Amino acid sequence: MRLKTLAAAAALAVAGFGLAAPVHAESDPGPAAYAQAMNGKKVILVPMAMGFDLAQGWAAVLEREVKAFGGTFETRDPNWSTEAGAQAITEAISSDPKPDVLIVMAPDLNSYSRLLKKAQEAGIFVLLIDNPANFAPDAYMGSDWTRLGALEAEAAVAACGDGSSKKIGLVQGDEVNATSIYQYEGIMKVLDAADGFQVVAKPVSNWDPTNSRTVTATMLQQNPDICAIIDFWDGDATGAAAAIRDAGLQDKVKLITTGGGEQTADCDMIENGTYHAVVMTELVREAGDMVAMIKYLLQSGVKPGEHSAHIYTLEQATTKANLRPDSCWNLKALQAMNQ
Amino acid sequence: MRAIDRTWGMDFGKHLRSLNQARIVVAITVAIFVIASATLPGFLTSDNLIAIIRSVSVLGILALGMAIVIIGRGIDLSMVAVMAMSVAWYLQLLNNGCGDHAALALALAGVLAIGLVNGFLVAYADVPAIFVTLATGSFTFGFVRSQLIAQDAVMVPGDHWIIGLGRARPADVPADIYIFLLLAFAAFLFLRFTKWGRYVYYAGDNPMAARNAGMPVRPMLVLRYVLSSLAAFVAGLLTASSLQSINTRVVNSTLLYDIVLVAVIGGIGLSGGKGGVRNILIGAALIGILLNVMTILDIPQLEQNLIKSTILLVAILIDGLLNPRDEQTAQQGDI
Repeated sequence: MRLKTLAAAAALAVAGFGLAAPVHAESDPGPAAYAQAMNGKKVILVPMAMGFDLAQGWAAVLEREVKAFGGTFETRDPNWSTEAGAQAITEAISSDPKPDVLIVMAPDLNSYSRLLKKAQEAGIFVLLIDNPANFAPDAYMGSDWTRLGALEAEAAVAACGDGSSKKIGLVQGDEVNATSIYQYEGIMKVLDAADGFQVVAKPVSNWDPTNSRTVTATMLQQNPDICAIIDFWDGDATGAAAAIRDAGLQDKVKLITTGGGEQTADCDMIENGTYHAVVMTELVREAGDMVAMIKYLLQSGVKPGEHSAHIYTLEQATTKANLRPDSCWNLKALQAMNQ
Repeated sequence: MRAIDRTWGMDFGKHLRSLNQARIVVAITVAIFVIASATLPGFLTSDNLIAIIRSVSVLGILALGMAIVIIGRGIDLSMVAVMAMSVAWYLQLLNNGCGDHAALALALAGVLAIGLVNGFLVAYADVPAIFVTLATGSFTFGFVRSQLIAQDAVMVPGDHWIIGLGRARPADVPADIYIFLLLAFAAFLFLRFTKWGRYVYYAGDNPMAARNAGMPVRPMLVLRYVLSSLAAFVAGLLTASSLQSINTRVVNSTLLYDIVLVAVIGGIGLSGGKGGVRNILIGAALIGILLNVMTILDIPQLEQNLIKSTILLVAILIDGLLNPRDEQTAQQGDI
C-alpha cells in the first residue's frame, strides 16, 4: 500500500514536471509585443504654456511613463501664444523622426483644428487635452466643461442656502474659449432650474487676476447682498478673492472656482477660507488616462483619425467639509519622482 | 461788417484750437461721469469712487513712469516685464528661504540694472528706444521665467509685509491710492520745479538744441529710464500686495498698450516735449470711469474694447482736425 502510494506520488511528480516544463519555455508573449510596439516611440506635449500647475503635472507623469517604455518625451512651451503653439505643432509634424503621439491643449475651438487634422494625416495620433476643439482627436481627455459648470453652480446654490438673497455673480474667463462658453452654459442650466436664484452680473476677467479684482469690486459695490461668486479659473480667482477681502465680505460671499487641484493653488486656499469650493481635476488620474490611451493606440493597429472618443475626468466640488489630505496633488512631489 | 466777421471768425478759431486733446478728453470724462451719476444707481457713492481710483492706480503709476520717458522723446516697452518679473523673482527668493533684505536688494539691483541698460543703449549707443526696450523687456521675461522662477504665478509667503501693505486701509482708503497720489505729486514736483525735470521738456522738444545749450542730455536720459523701471517695480509690489501673488502672464496681456493709451489719451504727444502729470490723471480718470460704467452696465467684453477704442479714435481725430501738425513735427516725425 505504502509502496503503491509512493509510486503514485512519483508518477504524479514526473507528470507534474512534464507538464511544467513546456509552460516554462512558453513565456508570456505580452512584454515582447509591448516592447516592440512601444520602444523608441516619440511623444510630444504641447500645452498652452509650461508655466502652470496642470501642464507641469501632466509632464511629470508622462515623462516617467514614456521613459519607462523606452520612448522619448518632449514638451514645447508656447507660453500662452496661439501662434507659437501652432508653430510648435507644424514643426513637430515635419520633424524627422516624426512624433508618434501629439498631446495638445488647444487655446480655443478653431485655431489648431486644421493643423491637427494634418498631423493625423501624417500618421500621428493626436490626443486633445483639457480644452475641447472643433476637431475629432483620437481621444479627448479632460473636463466635461458643461458638467464642471453645473458642479460649480450646485456648490453655489448649496453655499447660499434657502434663506439667502439667492444672488450669484459670475466672473467669466473670456467670451471665445470653449472652457468659458461651456462652463457658463452648465452654470446657467443649474441656476435656471434652481428656485429663485439669479445671476446679477457676469463680467469678464480675461483670465487676469487684476481684472478679476476690479470687476468683482464693482460687482460687490452694486450688489452687496450677493451670496456667492463663481470665478471661472483659479488662476485669476485670487483677484476676486482680494476684492471680497477688501470689501470685508469674507464671511458673507462664498467664492467658488475651478482648477488643476494643486496643493498650494487649491487645497491650501480652501483650508484658509479663500475659496469656499473648488471643482478640481484629479490630475494624476487624468494623466494616467493619457498614458493608457498612448499605450493602447500604439499597440492596437488603429490608424490615426480612425476613431474618436471622449475620456472625461471625473470631477467633484471640494469644500472644507469633504477635503482630504489627498484631495490635492503636490507638484514638487510629482516632479521629485523623475529625479 | 466784413471786418467784424473776420475777427469773430478768428476768435472762434482760436477758441476751437485751445480745445486740445486733453480738454476734449476732460469734457468726455465729465459727460460720462455726470450721466452715470444721474442714471446708474450706486455709481456716485464714496465706495465706488474709491474703487474707480483704485482700479487705475497701478496703471496710473506705470503711466507716470512712461510719461517721464515719453516727454523726453522716448518710450519704455520693458515696463510690464520689469514690473512682473522683478516682483516674481523677489517673491521666489523669499519662498526659497532667502532673507527679506537680501532678496529686496537683489530684486532692486535687477530693476536698476535694466533701467541703466535701457538708458545707456539709448543715450550712448544711439539705438532707438523702441528696439532697446522691446529687447530688454523680452530678455527680462525670458531670463527670469526660465532661470529664476518655477511657475507663472508666484505666491507671497504668509505674514510678509507685502500682505500687510495690501490689507492697510488708512481712513478706509486702500494704500494703493495713497501711493499713486504720492508718486503723482512727486512726479509733478520733479517735472515742474527741478532743473532736471524742466530739462526733460527741452530735451524732448529738441535734443540737439538742449545739448548745444549745455544740458547733460545723455545722463538725463539714463535717469529717465531708471525712473520708469523703479515705477514699474512699485506697481508690481502693489499688484502683489493686493492679489497676494504675482502672475507673470500679465506680460502677455494688453497692459502695455493700456499704459501708452493712458498717456496718449490724456494728451501727452508721442513726439515728446509736451504734457505732464495732469494729462496722466485725465487719461487714468477716463479709463477708470469708463471701465467702471461698462462693468456696472454688464457690457460684453468685445463691445467694451470697441467702445474704448472708438473713444480714443474720436479724441485723436478731433485733436488732429483742430491742431494740425506744425512744420517742426512734420519734419522730425513722431517716434
